[in-house]
Amino acid sequence: MNAIIASALLGVLMMFASWIFDNEKTHTRIALVGLLALIVANLLQLNGIYTIPVDYKGLLSFTQFGLYVNTILFILTFLYVWLNGDEIAKIGNHAADFYALFFFILCGASILTSFNNLLMLFIGVEILSIPLYILTGADKKNLNSNEAALKYFLMGAFSTGIFLLGITFIYGATGTFQLIAPTVNPATGMAREQLMQSAGLILIFVSFNFKVSAAPFHFWTPDVYDGAPTVFTSFMATIVKATAIIAFVVLFHSQYKALGYAWELLLTFVLISTLFVGNITAVFQRSVKRMLAYSSIAQVGFMLFALYGPTNFANEGILLYIMAYSVASIGLFGVLIKMKDYSFEAFNGLAKKEPLLAAMTTIFTLSLAGIPLTGGFFAKYYMLNAAVQSGVGLWLVALAILFAAVSIYYYFKLIQAMYFVEGAPAMHELEQGYKYKLLVFAILILALGILPNVFLSYLYF
Amino acid sequence: MVLLSILSIPFIAAIILLFVKHNEKANYIAIASSGITLALALNIAFNGAANFDASWISSINARFVLTADGLAKILLLLTGISFPAIFIATSKNEIKNRPQFLSLMLFTQTGLLGVFLAGDALLFYFFWELALIPVYFLCSIWGGEKRIAVTFKFFIYTFLGSLFMLIGIILVYTHTADQSFAIQSFKEASLSAGQQLTAFALFFTAFAIKMPIFPLHTWQPDAYEQSPTAVTMVLSAVMVKMGLYGVMRWLMPLFPNAFSAHSNFVVILSVIGILYASFIAIRQDDMKRLIAYSSIAHIGLMSAALFANNEIGAQGVLIQLFSHGVNVLGLWIIADIIEQQTGTRSLKEMGGLAKQNPTLGILLVGFAFANIALPLTNAFIGEFLMFNSLFQFKPWIAAAAGVSVVLAAIYTLNMVQKCAYGEVSKKMSKMQAPNVPAQFVLIVLLIVVIISGVYPAPLFDLTADTLQQLFIK
Repeated sequence: MNAIIASALLGVLMMFASWIFDNEKTHTRIALVGLLALIVANLLQLNGIYTIPVDYKGLLSFTQFGLYVNTILFILTFLYVWLNGDEIAKIGNHAADFYALFFFILCGASILTSFNNLLMLFIGVEILSIPLYILTGADKKNLNSNEAALKYFLMGAFSTGIFLLGITFIYGATGTFQLIAPTVNPATGMAREQLMQSAGLILIFVSFNFKVSAAPFHFWTPDVYDGAPTVFTSFMATIVKATAIIAFVVLFHSQYKALGYAWELLLTFVLISTLFVGNITAVFQRSVKRMLAYSSIAQVGFMLFALYGPTNFANEGILLYIMAYSVASIGLFGVLIKMKDYSFEAFNGLAKKEPLLAAMTTIFTLSLAGIPLTGGFFAKYYMLNAAVQSGVGLWLVALAILFAAVSIYYYFKLIQAMYFVEGAPAMHELEQGYKYKLLVFAILILALGILPNVFLSYLYF
Repeated sequence: MVLLSILSIPFIAAIILLFVKHNEKANYIAIASSGITLALALNIAFNGAANFDASWISSINARFVLTADGLAKILLLLTGISFPAIFIATSKNEIKNRPQFLSLMLFTQTGLLGVFLAGDALLFYFFWELALIPVYFLCSIWGGEKRIAVTFKFFIYTFLGSLFMLIGIILVYTHTADQSFAIQSFKEASLSAGQQLTAFALFFTAFAIKMPIFPLHTWQPDAYEQSPTAVTMVLSAVMVKMGLYGVMRWLMPLFPNAFSAHSNFVVILSVIGILYASFIAIRQDDMKRLIAYSSIAHIGLMSAALFANNEIGAQGVLIQLFSHGVNVLGLWIIADIIEQQTGTRSLKEMGGLAKQNPTLGILLVGFAFANIALPLTNAFIGEFLMFNSLFQFKPWIAAAAGVSVVLAAIYTLNMVQKCAYGEVSKKMSKMQAPNVPAQFVLIVLLIVVIISGVYPAPLFDLTADTLQQLFIK
């Protein structure tokens, strides 16, 4: 509750900050302080010290898991703003406006981590999505950015429609928006109401696939990620996506039984096509930014493994996954922002010019590829183990692993360019401080890869 | 604690080396750290060491367990000897950015030691992959002309293999009684026959690619040829042993039924590999490629003997793990000296080494004899035991594999003849003063070859406990 209220208030505060202060750096500082306040507010609730007393009539339910996810998301946002503050200031007129949008997004995120009711879920998704359309189109003078925003908005509106339709079906079947764990009597099969409920769930499933950009509902992703200003792509591809996938997992861990056998079939279909589309298409990309867009689709394919069943591995794994994936991606986008050209060739010879930057890029890339010693390894490991524990066939796991091997190809292309090819990379000016900031991300990735325990133990307080 | 320190010394040295700018200093650090590692390895091998056990990822019951039994000890010794030998022997070679190079080498050593010491499946996998990453960079940055494509092939091959092993680990893990990665729980996992077979196949793929067993060997000759020689030495002396180690540590004890059910198949593949590699070795003109194929043949024999699944074969392999490493290391160092000084690897352009540098000529003959496994050399004992085991397994297989001894004699002696004897060739006349550190290393290695060939008892004592675990239930 603390987080929802605090983030909404901070968003409003941030809007007025641009009236009061003219300096963009000040806006960033205010945003950082606000984020710290948000983290503290959330921790107060997580540790059971103080919660703002609100009667939310059972519409929300605050679990240790959800609150911990909040903490992770807020810390990630903090790190993101801390790293990218100067870049954000370069876009548009007032950085403060964007920070306000971030806070609204976080407000939506904290609803999404603690919904107990379909209406809250819907509101959360919308609060999360609408600022994103604005962020995508933030680079007003760039046609690509405009196109991306319009595309995203139209497609997003469409998926919202499907979402609402799904909710309507479920309401019709159960007579309530409250989330009730479905009961299916195997002897009699599904009654009509249950069929309706299943249909509703499938519609919501489709809509969520759109939000997390799982294939075959991914078509907006490459264009939007490519068109949006790179700083905001970084935000959308990591923190926002992580939120959506968490809500997805939480919702279907409680509801998937209503779909019976169809669930595994549906999920497997989406999972395979996501892995396929993401990995295979990424292989052919010439621009690193587009490659990252497709790789983010491929990563979602792995995250979907958490949906097969509510095992311990799934819950812990999805947390590890969003942490490892987000930290590595924010870092990698952070490097990308400093490049003048986004093609693979632009990275040629980076290791000679900027050894530290190249080493950190390597760590991020290795993590995305899932190599041990980086967080990405345990993330993938947990997902696969979750799948096996939920009784998924080994063939699917083997298939996922084949795709992981394919992903090596395009991730290592970046490493090869940096280390093994001569060249003079054209870069924007790079301050020493920026590199040290990135170093924090690299160290986090290594910490996640050596002692994931530290990051998970909070779940069991 | 000794086990932890042997793991951390190369690791810390590797990190220090990242910040060193001076080549000479880097050399000293690398040699000193690998020397200490060797001392620790000797200490562990002959005085024993207590297990190291610490909590790692408690929520999934993965522990940081290091243990050293006979199998691990013999490979610790090999790793311990190889790295200082390589560092000293190549200390005069021109290597760009030597500190980084040595740093990556020491990271590799850390990974290798971790693989041999890990007593927990997840930890084992962790180090297994970790040993690979620095090698990828070593080969791709410092390798030959075609290095990038070749190394990438090598990387993808082995990475894919280890991913399959990862599925195997997950499969067994989900069937352990206490949901843990400890070897003991893995041994007691309740797998159905079908599951055991699947898990066996998954683990086997990883090990077979690493060894490599025919027909999964195609990455190897290219990788050996294109890698910088120091890395080739690591690859062929120590790294291929990871595959055999994996078979003995995981495959045999975990899936005994699937193992004996499929031994025929693997033994035959291995024997095909032996003959295939031997015949190709005869046709090679490039000295590096010749040694590479000869190494494939030797490893093939070891895998055949291992899958023959009898005690005598396992004993032979345990001895040979060490001997093969030392012998092949010697051959590589000689090949490297010749290439560094004359600029050629082609046997056609060689000749007259014995006249030009008699010491090196004698050393070459010595290691060549060890490569053919003549009596008095260390390889004789191992190969004798292995052929014995193949004979017990199936006489005709022993006969087929026996052909390889003849073939080994042909290609090895051919190499010696073309390289050491005859008139001094144009290229060979460029041979300058002897490379003292390298020759010193070679002499030490040759002494090891002969001592362990004449008096192998310590090696037998060292490995007795592993054999007992494997064969006496």
